[in-house]
Amino acid sequence: MANIKIQLPLDEKTAVSLKAGDTVLMSGIIYTGRDAAHKRLYECIQKGETLPVDLKDQLIYYVGPTPAKPGYAVGSAGPTSSYRMDPYTPALLDLGMRGMIGKGKRGSEVIEAMKRNKAVYFAAVGGVAALISKSIKKCEMVCYEDLGPEAIQRYYVEDFPAVVVIDTQGNNAYEIETAKYREI
Amino acid sequence: MLRDKIIKGVAALRQINAEDVTRKVKQLLIKANCEIGEDVLKALNDFKAKEPSDTGVNVLDQIIENNIIAKQEQVAICQDTGMAVVFVEFGQEVHIINGSFEDAVNEGVRQAYIDGYLRKSVVKDPIFDRSNTKDNTPAVIHTRIVEGDKLKISVTAKGFGSENMSSVKLFAPAAGLEGAKKYVLDVVSNAGPNSCPPMVVGVGIGGTFETACLIAKKALLRKIGEHNPDPNYARLEEELLNEVNKLGIGPAGLGGRTTALAVNVEFYPTHIASMPVAVNLCCHAARHAEGEL
Repeated sequence: MANIKIQLPLDEKTAVSLKAGDTVLMSGIIYTGRDAAHKRLYECIQKGETLPVDLKDQLIYYVGPTPAKPGYAVGSAGPTSSYRMDPYTPALLDLGMRGMIGKGKRGSEVIEAMKRNKAVYFAAVGGVAALISKSIKKCEMVCYEDLGPEAIQRYYVEDFPAVVVIDTQGNNAYEIETAKYREI
Repeated sequence: MLRDKIIKGVAALRQINAEDVTRKVKQLLIKANCEIGEDVLKALNDFKAKEPSDTGVNVLDQIIENNIIAKQEQVAICQDTGMAVVFVEFGQEVHIINGSFEDAVNEGVRQAYIDGYLRKSVVKDPIFDRSNTKDNTPAVIHTRIVEGDKLKISVTAKGFGSENMSSVKLFAPAAGLEGAKKYVLDVVSNAGPNSCPPMVVGVGIGGTFETACLIAKKALLRKIGEHNPDPNYARLEEELLNEVNKLGIGPAGLGGRTTALAVNVEFYPTHIASMPVAVNLCCHAARHAEGEL
């Protein structure tokens, strides 16, 4: 199986070229964020304030890592379930966010916002957190440090492994691939 | 006379220091979080050999490699190091000294999650104060008093990606075997990629509302490859595993025939009016460890 190498931030042209089911290796910058951070970003947008991070063409990785052991850049850092971020995601996509990395299903409003903004939903394999952490070379605190493992951090990644689950046209690999093997 | 009897009884008790309970719980939780069981690893390899999907094989390879890295480097298999669930079989001739038993268990959780670089994922109150307790306490502790003078402690680090996809339903008896089977398949199907397949499916049938859930969780602690000693339930486990793996969900939900590594069913007598069925899902990182004092 061929892996497609992509550079982050993700430009629109590359995003549109990706198809549901493609396996990718990503290098560049990703931002972390999960439940509590999304709630704060969303409240920021509702109040008309500027976000503490410019999300144009960026990807948010849904992750709350373990503490890093001494000598490690980051702790174990696999994806968390994405649906919990669904209520906040369309607003972030409308601000230019290019995609998300998580695991599991997305709601229809998220998929509509992705199509509208030419964004991609990637999944990393849930529960392979020690392996994924090897592709995270450096991390920096960005904001919401008080949230502990839920703070927003900037990760510098090399060959971060993921699969395109929902592409910019709304094709969904979970549905397409599952149907191929369903026998009941 | 009575006084003599009491003194004799106390002398027959086996004393266990609260500190030893703490040390054991700490050791078991770090082990569970960093070292996947050989039974899980074997099942992953066996299913990989039969998996027809290329993506599925790739995902299983990642899972196997991750388990090897985590054990070698003693780091967490998954960043969701779970809520600590502790099952205790408490010998009735055991006397805990120098502290309270539950405090000793929670101290073991606290030390494991701080010293073991595990994530603290517990909040103080589910609605009104979702602030982190910062040491992953309290544990969920299930104690059963049994004969003997030993303490058997089983811990599991229960991740909530799969916990959130679990479900319980109280059926009318007319639903029968077919109703129970359909329900298990519906729960797994609805969970799809969310519960990090290939999963272990714990099913609890019977008892009361809470018994069904408790024995479903207990079923998750069973070694893969071990079946219910009752032949009816052993057959049900095999049939359910076969059918779950026809759902097409596959590793990471990206398609394939490896959706579950095992379906473990536990049962308990129930009321004439009911047939409770609980389905507790666990991700492929089926992390548990057992020890004895």
